[in-house]
Amino acid sequence: MSTKLTRRQFAATAAGAALVAGTAPFNIVKAQTGALKIGSIHPRSGFQAQLGIACQRGIDLAPRVLKQLGINANVEIMNADTESNVDVARARAEKLINDGANVLIGAFDSGQSAAIAQVAEQKGVPYIINVAAAPQITEQGYKFVFRNFPTAPMLVGDGLNLMKGVFEKSGITPKTAVFMHVNDTFGQSMAGAIKAMAPRFNLPFQIVDTIAYDPQAKDLSVEIAKAKATGAEMLMPVTRLNDAILMIREMVKQRWEPQIVMSPGAPGFYEGQFYKTLGKFSNYLLTNVPWYNPRSSITQKLLDEFTKSYKNELFELNVGFSFEAVMVAVNAHNAAKSTAGAALADAIRKTNITDHVMAGGALQFNEKGQNVNIKSVTLQNLDQRPKVVLPLDIAEDNLTLPLPSWTKRS
Amino acid sequence: MPIDLIVTVAVQGILTGLVYGLMALGLSVIFGVVRVVNFAHGEMMTIASYAAIVAFGAWNIDPLVSMIPIAVLLFALGYAMQAALINPFINRPEHSQFILLAAVAIIMVNGLLMIFGPDARNVLVDYALDSIEVGPLLIDKVRVITATLALAITAGLFAFFKLSRIGKAIRACADNHMGALVVGLNVKRLYALTFGIGSACVGAAGAMMTLLIDTTPNVGPVFTLQAFVIVIIGGLGSMPGALLGGVLIGLTEAMAGLFFAPSAKTMFGVAILILVLLFRPQGLLGRKA
Repeated sequence: MSTKLTRRQFAATAAGAALVAGTAPFNIVKAQTGALKIGSIHPRSGFQAQLGIACQRGIDLAPRVLKQLGINANVEIMNADTESNVDVARARAEKLINDGANVLIGAFDSGQSAAIAQVAEQKGVPYIINVAAAPQITEQGYKFVFRNFPTAPMLVGDGLNLMKGVFEKSGITPKTAVFMHVNDTFGQSMAGAIKAMAPRFNLPFQIVDTIAYDPQAKDLSVEIAKAKATGAEMLMPVTRLNDAILMIREMVKQRWEPQIVMSPGAPGFYEGQFYKTLGKFSNYLLTNVPWYNPRSSITQKLLDEFTKSYKNELFELNVGFSFEAVMVAVNAHNAAKSTAGAALADAIRKTNITDHVMAGGALQFNEKGQNVNIKSVTLQNLDQRPKVVLPLDIAEDNLTLPLPSWTKRS
Repeated sequence: MPIDLIVTVAVQGILTGLVYGLMALGLSVIFGVVRVVNFAHGEMMTIASYAAIVAFGAWNIDPLVSMIPIAVLLFALGYAMQAALINPFINRPEHSQFILLAAVAIIMVNGLLMIFGPDARNVLVDYALDSIEVGPLLIDKVRVITATLALAITAGLFAFFKLSRIGKAIRACADNHMGALVVGLNVKRLYALTFGIGSACVGAAGAMMTLLIDTTPNVGPVFTLQAFVIVIIGGLGSMPGALLGGVLIGLTEAMAGLFFAPSAKTMFGVAILILVLLFRPQGLLGRKA
């Protein structure tokens, strides 16, 4: 049998292909009337795995909690793992979109979020950043990228303001501080913001040394020895989780006891694994960070469901912000009555949710896609869990300073 | 910069380097005899670390005690791997051996991920956060213990290869493969034994490492790379070279962290590697091929 393609066969095939191509947009429209497909993209393996998994918990709980709140949450969650790697994040974002995701949510890390943002913008699929602080992500003029998390300057601004509140409330004002930061996109953004903003805040202390360290460091003994040698009265760390554990462990070993250890706005100190690993040494550390509002009724509802589902895990900001990202997507889906990228992006831009989980004002986005209403709180680790100590109107416990000696803890 | 700070950091660097040296020792022993580069070296060490973590979690056994049964366990694993998996590849091209062991490494990492998940785990013994005061110096107690044990294990291994009949037979295999066959040595068995001994070193190092750093399945490839850097600096196949390479890396990284940028300290370790490759390709204590 001849396999040669005749002109007539070619014409018939081409016509068929044209028909399929021509009707494809109608197929898309048909698909768009269904459930909202949310592509949840987080580092669920690799060195950021624990934090990515915490974000995932917020995403997984959201549809159930939203339904309990009477919100129509017709969603389908699609999951992807960035493996804590920027290139993998980019590839997985593309795959999620190719597989039909209508909205992307992620990605905990600034570098990975920036890569995903490029893909989302190119494909015209809205991307809601749940956790990532590098300011440049929302400075690119993107139309499909939204961030419900403070930028590094917002974090630092709030963090430095709250520091003054801590000094005032405790009556302890350090004269010198050493700034240690993880040397990744987030850490460098925070370092840049602190350098630029600290002079404007008229802080009572002088930063005597800045020490950057490898994000995948297995040992911080040199860094802590160097910091201790400065004799600083306060340590300002910008950490991730694993290095936060290393840092405190090394401080205990080297018996470095500054009066205050206060993070200007970074993960690490308030995470479940931190308490599990360090026990009593996790106490009294401070973090100025965006946090859930313990007085909000939605927070309480989410907290109840979280406790039922993850008995041994800690409810923290990654869960809260991830939940809110789904809340924004669902709200936009209900408003737009469509899953088309442009319609969803328009609806997200008009978001105005006053009753939500995280501390601060209404959930809204400015023209750059940034929520500027988020406010940080001061957390202190007390009884091996994070508690809000400032601002006083939502405080859960009293501030305790100076840091008690490592050797005198029961 | 205060002198006691410099000395403290230098001592910490040397102590850490000795443990690095023990970690790399197994790789060097295996290559020195079997002439196979174990690309699953770090992953085997991670298995040992998890065994120590499980022993501590389930029965509260200190890793310094559990390291003995773990070393035996890893010996068995290494022996079995060599006998069943690697021996058929001994005469095949090097890239086949590489792919085989890289595949084993991937299976190990993913197996650990499936069993233990991605969370970092550690062992917190009573003395984990203790320090020893020596004049103005404050030295990490765990590092002192692990470095001493690393030295003792290396000395024991050295004595085994120099003094015991099996050790001499293994060295004979390494020196002259054909000659060893001619005099009737069971070379395949000796290879498996060597792989087992190298793996036992890895087992001891992995158990001890739980006292120093947190363990995750993904730490295996990092260890593999670090062990390679150390043995190449010290000289592939040289036991004292592995220890020297470890100390050199530990000390260089510590000093680079102190005097330059801590975030770039790994770079200085790799810079030493490049210098060694340029000016003494066989490694500091290695023999020319």
